Amino acid sequence: MSEAQAPLHHRFHLNMGPQHPSTHGVLRVILEMDGEYVLNPQPVLGYGHRMQEKMAEARAWPGFYPNTARMDYAGALHYNHGYCALIERLAGIEVPPRAEYIRVITSELNRIASHLLWYGALLLDLGAFTPILYTFDDREQILDILEDITGSRLTYCYFRAGGVSRDIDDKFVERTRAFITRLRSRFPMLEKLVNGNVIFLKRVEGVGIIDKDMCQRYGATGPVARGAGVPYDVRRAEPYSVYPEFDFEIPVGENGDSLDRFLVRFKEMEQSLRIIEQALDRLPDGPVMAKVPKKLKLSPGDVSFAVEAARGELTYYLISDGTEVPYRMRIRVPSYSNLSVLPELCHGMLLSDLVAAMGSLDLVIPEIDR
Amino acid sequence: MSKKGYFTELYVGGKSLLVGLGVTFKACLQPIVTVQYPREKLDITPNYRGHIELRRDPESGECPCIVCGMCARACPSGCITVEGEKKEGEKGKTLTVFALDFTRCSLCGTCVETCPKGAIDFSQDYNIAGFTREEFHYDLIRRLEERG
Ligand code: SF4
Ligand code: SF4
Repeated sequence: MSEAQAPLHHRFHLNMGPQHPSTHGVLRVILEMDGEYVLNPQPVLGYGHRMQEKMAEARAWPGFYPNTARMDYAGALHYNHGYCALIERLAGIEVPPRAEYIRVITSELNRIASHLLWYGALLLDLGAFTPILYTFDDREQILDILEDITGSRLTYCYFRAGGVSRDIDDKFVERTRAFITRLRSRFPMLEKLVNGNVIFLKRVEGVGIIDKDMCQRYGATGPVARGAGVPYDVRRAEPYSVYPEFDFEIPVGENGDSLDRFLVRFKEMEQSLRIIEQALDRLPDGPVMAKVPKKLKLSPGDVSFAVEAARGELTYYLISDGTEVPYRMRIRVPSYSNLSVLPELCHGMLLSDLVAAMGSLDLVIPEIDR
Repeated sequence: MSKKGYFTELYVGGKSLLVGLGVTFKACLQPIVTVQYPREKLDITPNYRGHIELRRDPESGECPCIVCGMCARACPSGCITVEGEKKEGEKGKTLTVFALDFTRCSLCGTCVETCPKGAIDFSQDYNIAGFTREEFHYDLIRRLEERG
């Protein structure tokens, strides 16, 4: 029934969240419902706001390291990376090549872990319980590998301005190689279980179409934009670290529906594996930490740095007044822009389709609220 | 939709479900991957970053802390309190208070990295639970003595 025909007394409001299994965090969406159809969904943010930007402005810059990981708990290393690279750019610190390689390897492992988590969670939202158990099994291997060198399982605080806090050893290299083989052998299984499943395809095909124009208007990045056919990836568009040295593809979709976003992330895992493999093959020797003065005053001026996080473009922007404490810190997070498409995207959708479309955006709420 | 399209879809769809079921069935016959916690426990890596702990110098058997307070100043959350006093006949200060407020610690490791004497290290404790905040205010000197 179209909006104009619907008698108004059939309309009602429905709160999805703040505690709802499919929002994966404290996100509240106010839905105006017309029967089973959603009109004008409005996200309400701020339940997990912790003033991360303000905290950065209230302490000497090294004190912000642990905070970076608390924004996106599923892809913490990318947040570590962005912040350290920002400081390095401002202070003109050269990072030793070995440290850059370690950063790339661990970041890509983290990207895979994040995608595996999302993969299982999306299917859980769609009502399939089994796949998350398989992807968690694989993700657990990554967490074990990363725990062994970073010391923590989720909220890593591993990168430092000038390098990384601990060198990797042969055991790490060996385990990572074993993991690459293992995950590659699991892809066909996941394809059989999920990607070809008729129920899954019916739930996501043609649902939640985001086109290029919409991506541009809302600033959507990452797999959301790539699913719409925009081949934008910061690792290519604005290369940082040692990414230009590796050969990898940027998967893009065609229609921009939920299925395309799903497939883009699925293919990205293989690309990340390729990057890790190349990086392990060419891993240089040397120190993992540059000489950085204990007390480093940030030179006055402003600087920004963008990295490709698991969910899209993450930009740190810092204004310094010449002291140790940043004068202003601004963090542009990908999920915020990706979420902002929701009202337009889901207007007039079935409620169950909204869950599928929202799941395909891969939202991490603490990152949006930050 | 034509009749043929309908039946083809029925066949392809039905087959995909059976293939998926096959995957699940195969997994049933594979070894169990989960650990029956708390009856079974996994060893954690020695590199695990738990809360901090004072450590002894393996040679002298004493804690090498010189009460410089650098760890306390470097901690972004301000959860370390260090105090020392000057004792007769001893060089430098002697550590009298080393308190950690674990409720605020973010396990970043900055303190361990800044310590010039390597007097602090991460513990391996991860099974920590309590009913009050005070249970997480650790007296690290006492803990060091208890460990012997
Ligand atoms: S680990 Fe970090 S937050 Fe915890 S006591 Fe040390 S410096 Fe402070
Ligand atoms: S633990 Fe280390 S940094 Fe802290 S007061 Fe003692 S010597 Fe100084």
